[in-house]
Amino acid sequence: MYDFLIAPFADFAFMRSALYGSLALALSSCPVGVFLMLRRMSLTGDAMAHAILPGAATGFLLFGLNIVPMTIGGLIAGVVVALGAGAVSRFTIQKEDASMAAFYLISLALGVLMVSIRGSSVDLMHVLFGTVLALNDAALTLIGVIAAITLVTLAIFWRALVAECLDPLFLRSVSRFGTPVHFIFLALVVLNLVGGFQALGTLLSVGLMMLPAAAARFWTVRLEPMIALAVVIGAVSCVAGLLLSYHFSLPSGPAIILSAGAVYLASIVAGTRGILSSRVRHHRHRTA
Amino acid sequence: MTEASLTFRDLTLGYYSHPAVHHLDGTVARGSLTAIVGPNGSGKSTLMKGIVGVLEPMSGEVLRRNGARVAYLPQQSEIDRSFPARVVDLVSLGLWPKRGLLGRFTAEDRASVSKALMAVGMEGFEARPIDTLSGGQLQRALFARVLVQDADLILLDEPFNAVDAKTVGDLIELIKRWHGESRTVMVVVHDLDLVRAHFPETLLLARHPVAWGETRETLLPENLLKARRFNEAWSDDAPWCDAPETGDHAHAHSHDHAHDGHDHSHHDHHHHDGPAEHLHTGSGKA
Repeated sequence: MYDFLIAPFADFAFMRSALYGSLALALSSCPVGVFLMLRRMSLTGDAMAHAILPGAATGFLLFGLNIVPMTIGGLIAGVVVALGAGAVSRFTIQKEDASMAAFYLISLALGVLMVSIRGSSVDLMHVLFGTVLALNDAALTLIGVIAAITLVTLAIFWRALVAECLDPLFLRSVSRFGTPVHFIFLALVVLNLVGGFQALGTLLSVGLMMLPAAAARFWTVRLEPMIALAVVIGAVSCVAGLLLSYHFSLPSGPAIILSAGAVYLASIVAGTRGILSSRVRHHRHRTA
Repeated sequence: MTEASLTFRDLTLGYYSHPAVHHLDGTVARGSLTAIVGPNGSGKSTLMKGIVGVLEPMSGEVLRRNGARVAYLPQQSEIDRSFPARVVDLVSLGLWPKRGLLGRFTAEDRASVSKALMAVGMEGFEARPIDTLSGGQLQRALFARVLVQDADLILLDEPFNAVDAKTVGDLIELIKRWHGESRTVMVVVHDLDLVRAHFPETLLLARHPVAWGETRETLLPENLLKARRFNEAWSDDAPWCDAPETGDHAHAHSHDHAHDGHDHSHHDHHHHDGPAEHLHTGSGKA
C-alpha cells in the first residue's frame, strides 16, 4: 500500500513537484469551472483553451520550451480572444457563442501553423498535451501565483459573480458590476488555462476545470458545497492520475483527466441527483 | 405641489430607431401610487426600463430624485432557476444597495430577510432551492426581495401574472403599505377593476401618453377607446420624427403616432406634450 500510494512521491522530487503543481491547479481552476458550468459556458472554456495556443506557440518559437514566454504569449492570445469575442457579442447582433467560435478557430489555426513552421510534431504534442512530470520551480511558482490571484479575486467578487449568474437583470438594476464582473471572470478562465497548459497542455487543462465541476453538480444543490466537492474531486483525480501514470508508464496529463472523467461517469450514475436515484421509484412519499 | 420623485423631460425610448415611448413629459410625485395601463406594445415595460436605466433614452431624459433608491421587479426576470441557490440567497440579493460587494451581512440583515419572507407568507421557505418554487411562489419571493431593498421608488412590471387571487390580495396589501410609508410606487397592471379599486393615479399609455392623472378621469371610456385604437406595429417607411418643425400640438395627438419614425438629433423641443401633459396635474399624495 505504501509502495503504491506514498513511495512514488516520497522517493522522487519530480513526482512531488507534479503533485504540488497539480493540486494548486485543482484548487484554483475547479471553482472557476463550477461558475463556467453554471453560466452555461462550459464550451467557452474549451474554446479559450484552443485560443491560447498561438500565443504559447509564439513564445515557444522565439524562446524554445521556456515557461515564462510561453505563458505570457498564452495570456495575451487568451485576453485578445476573450475581449474580441466579448466585444463583438456586446456591440453587434452576434451572440457570444458564435463570435467565440470564430475567434478561437482563427486562433487555433494560427497556432498550429506557427508550431509547424519550426519544430517537430513532438514539440506540437508537448504544447498540446503538456508534461506535468517536468514542472520546474519557475512553473510551480507561476501556478502558485495564479492560484492565489484566482482565489483572492473570487473571494472579492463572489457576491457580484453569484448575482450575475443568478439574476443578471437585477444586478444591472442595482449596480454597474455586471459587465466588469463578466470580463474579470473571463480573465480568470484564461489565467487558469494558461496556468494549466504547462502541466496538462492547452487542450487538456480545460479538463481539470470542467470535469470535477460537472461531476459535483450531481451531488449537491448548494453552491458552496458544490465548489468544495469539485476541488476535492479535482485533487483526488490529480493524485490518482499521477499514480497511474507512474505505475503503468502512462502519459500524466491524460491519466489525470481520465481519472476525473471516471469520477464524472460514476457521478452521473450514482450521484444523489444522478440516474439511479432519480429513476428509482419512490414508493413512499410524505403527506406534504 | 409635492416634491417630484421622477421627472420625464421629452422622453423618447425605443429600439432600432422606432419609438416605444414617444415624447413623454411630466412628473411623478414623491409618495404617489400610480398604475400604468395600456395595450400590448404600448411602451409600459420600456418606460420602466428607461426609469431604471437599463435602457438609454433615444432623446430626452429621466430625472430621478437625488439619492433615491430604486427597486425594479421586471416582467420577464432573467433569473436562472437552475442556479443552485436557496430562496434566502435570492431574497438576500436585495441587500445589495445596502451592503454592496463586500459589506458583511449582519444579524439585522438576516432578520430583515426573514421578516420580508414572512410578510409575503413564505416563512419556512428559506432553505428551499429556487427551482422547486411554483411561479406564484417565485413572484412572492421577488416581492420579498423588493421589501428587503427598502427602496424609495418601487417599479413593478405586471407583478400579478400567474398569481392566485388570494396572493394578489396579499401583494396589493404590501403595495398599499409601501404607499403608506410614502414610497413612490409605479405598477404595470392589466386588470382595470384592480386599478380602479386600489390605485389613486393612472398613466394610460399607447406609445404616447393618452391620459395621466387621477384614476377615475384617466380611465374614462373615451380615453380607453383612444388607447384601443393605437396601432402597435412599427413601420419601416414611417417618416422621421422631427417635432420642432411639424409638431404643432393642436393635432400632435389627434392622429395616431404609429407612423412616426425617428431621428432625434434635437432634444430641446416641447411641442409634443399634447393633452396628456395637461391632464396630468402633478397632484400626488401628500
